[in-house]
Amino acid sequence: MNDVILYTIITLGGIGAVSAVILYFVAQKFKVFEDPRIDEVEEVLPSANCGGCGYPGCRNFAEACVKTDDLGSLFCPVGGNDCMSDVASVLGQTVEAKEPQVAVLLCNGSSANRKRTSEFDSAANCTIAANTYGGDTDCTHGCLGLGECVDACGFDAMYMDEETGLPVVIEDACTACGACVEACPKDLFQLRNKGKKSKRIYVSCMNTDKGAPAKKACDVACIGCSKCFKECKFDAITMANNKAYIDYEACKLCRACVAVCPTGAIHEINFPLRKAKPAKKEGEAVAKPAPKAEPKVDLVEKAKEAAPKAEPKKEEAPKAEEKKEDNNKDKSSNEEK
Amino acid sequence: MLKTFPVGGVHPPENKFSKGKKIETLPLPKTVTIPTGQHIGAPTKVVVSRGDEVKVGQLIAQAGGFVSANIHSSVSGKVKKIDEVFDSSGYRRTSIIIDVDGDEWMETIDRSDELKKDITLSKEEIVKKVSEMGIVGLGGATFPAHVKLSIPDGKKAEHLVINAVECEPYLTADHQLMMEKGEEIMVGIQVLMKATNVSKTIIGIENNKPDAIEHLTKIASNYSNIEVVALKVQYPQGGEKQLIKAVLNREVPSGGLPLDVGCVVQNVGTAFAVYEAVQKNKPLFERVVSVTGKSVKQPSNYMVRVGTSTDVLIEAAGGLPEDAGKVVSGGPMMGKALSRTDVPITKGSSGVLIFKEEESKREAINPCIRCAKCVTVCPMGLEPFLLMTVTEKQNYEKVEEERAMDCIECGSCSYTCPATRPLLDYIRLGKSEVAKIIRQRNQK
Repeated sequence: MNDVILYTIITLGGIGAVSAVILYFVAQKFKVFEDPRIDEVEEVLPSANCGGCGYPGCRNFAEACVKTDDLGSLFCPVGGNDCMSDVASVLGQTVEAKEPQVAVLLCNGSSANRKRTSEFDSAANCTIAANTYGGDTDCTHGCLGLGECVDACGFDAMYMDEETGLPVVIEDACTACGACVEACPKDLFQLRNKGKKSKRIYVSCMNTDKGAPAKKACDVACIGCSKCFKECKFDAITMANNKAYIDYEACKLCRACVAVCPTGAIHEINFPLRKAKPAKKEGEAVAKPAPKAEPKVDLVEKAKEAAPKAEPKKEEAPKAEEKKEDNNKDKSSNEEK
Repeated sequence: MLKTFPVGGVHPPENKFSKGKKIETLPLPKTVTIPTGQHIGAPTKVVVSRGDEVKVGQLIAQAGGFVSANIHSSVSGKVKKIDEVFDSSGYRRTSIIIDVDGDEWMETIDRSDELKKDITLSKEEIVKKVSEMGIVGLGGATFPAHVKLSIPDGKKAEHLVINAVECEPYLTADHQLMMEKGEEIMVGIQVLMKATNVSKTIIGIENNKPDAIEHLTKIASNYSNIEVVALKVQYPQGGEKQLIKAVLNREVPSGGLPLDVGCVVQNVGTAFAVYEAVQKNKPLFERVVSVTGKSVKQPSNYMVRVGTSTDVLIEAAGGLPEDAGKVVSGGPMMGKALSRTDVPITKGSSGVLIFKEEESKREAINPCIRCAKCVTVCPMGLEPFLLMTVTEKQNYEKVEEERAMDCIECGSCSYTCPATRPLLDYIRLGKSEVAKIIRQRNQK
């Protein structure tokens, strides 16, 4: 009995020892050199594997960091500047701090601002809707409200606002990884610098139609009137495709453009309420375009009042008009007969 | 036993309410909106400007390449503006808006009703004429007709197959055209045969149009080279691959064209348009459109000038019914729901279909129950449930591997799915993504 145990131990121990020797030499022969710094860099990365840096995952990004001599071209949007300075210290390099960014939605066409003209009842997928038609409003550039961006967000930094029908970016949670920019078929997301104390000014509209149809489709559309362009003292605004664009690097956050915008397409975020002095200015600025805008505003408000009734069913709005025409047509066709 | 295609297919209720209704010519509209893109292929170049006087049949937008088609004015009057206007795609597209004034036709157009049987033009001249007159496939795909007629060197067409199937439920435009313009269609077919140098033509008609089969067979007896074949009613028999399989029992290979099996397929409406273009010198600026639906007061077939607003047609057919829920351009299976009714009729509009509120709603999407009904009905032998799943997972390599590009978008899968899954919507999405990948690959 003891012999059996003894022989077993000796045999297995022998096989183990021989294998260990073979494995040692094989490991020496086929050794793959891997820079130990890759592991060290990966250690300090956030392990989100979101792809926001442009690499498939954190490991690949770490490899790229180790290989490059210039860390300035690489950036981990999730970890931000802290993470990149850690990476730099591991690699013995220095890196300049970048402005932190955040995703902003370039559409303010909430259900109150844009009249719904039809209903989409296929799969709740923005790309399918965009391939099918222009959208459930007369604005073919705006948000479709089906939430593909929210699904794409890997950081729970977005939700759909039920009331407005638009996605909302939670600023503190947003890592500017760019997943929503990629996901939106209407290209409504942009990564912009967070700005000083998170203050930002941007044109929240992507409508490139001419002024009249844009305004007709949406109360808060950019109509390409160039007022902000003329007002800006810092050349931060460019006009193209019937819309204004504010360069976040050139913008000095003076808010002059916000005050003159006749449709309210320019948004100011995280600014304190205007104090007494600027309040006067604002009053003046608003007062100037007001007389011209007034009749329009009235019409718009009337349209708004009528809108909720027309909203739920797709064909109701045209029906009402067509019924009137219908009567006329019947008469005319009778005459022909 | 009647012929049909062997794989898949469905038979939805036919509901041909506008059957047998004479083709009426609508009074001229006050304005027309003619989109500059009414075909598959390169966009056209506008050759008129604001304020120009145009005549009926005058060229207003020129083809922008070989696979492209000229566009002619459908009315006489003054060009009001060239603007971005909503068309049936639901997007704003460049369109030419013309205020109608009188009805003055180009002098070159032969407006007589007389049947002109002698074909004087040569093969090349016919193809050139078809291209000049802006003829596109009138079955719905709007593929420029001259491209199909220009047979590349080294290929030989043996058969011309005329698609007179009209497999879409509700629509009767082609049916009525056959009943009224049978002689002209036969001459059109002779012209097409001369252009493609084929010796035999087969006209495929589904068996739910016995009067058309009888009528055309009678006329075809005067021609030795035309045969009319009655087919079993089965959707989507109007797909060219299905039609060739049904009438000739030949199978077009995956990714191939009908020409690979020696066939050229043209729609019966196209044959009539070719007759008018070649024999009467008339460009394609009007077509037959069925206006139909269960609650439409007077379902009818109209001869409509391109650019007429859909509203005008709906009014002519008795107005929009009160219980209308959805207006579709085309048939119920492959047609497209309109997001607004003031969009213009184009060369590709075969019908305006109005659904009742209760039949227009799509039902809630339920999980797949693995019944494989979609696989059974797919006429291309694909697995729609799988294509949808892998598209949802964004695994586009797999979508391509599963031959999504073979899908003809007939919608049989979505129609038959007991879990009311939007199969075709996702397959289309998959196809467009795969097409992008293929384009990128070809660029490299």
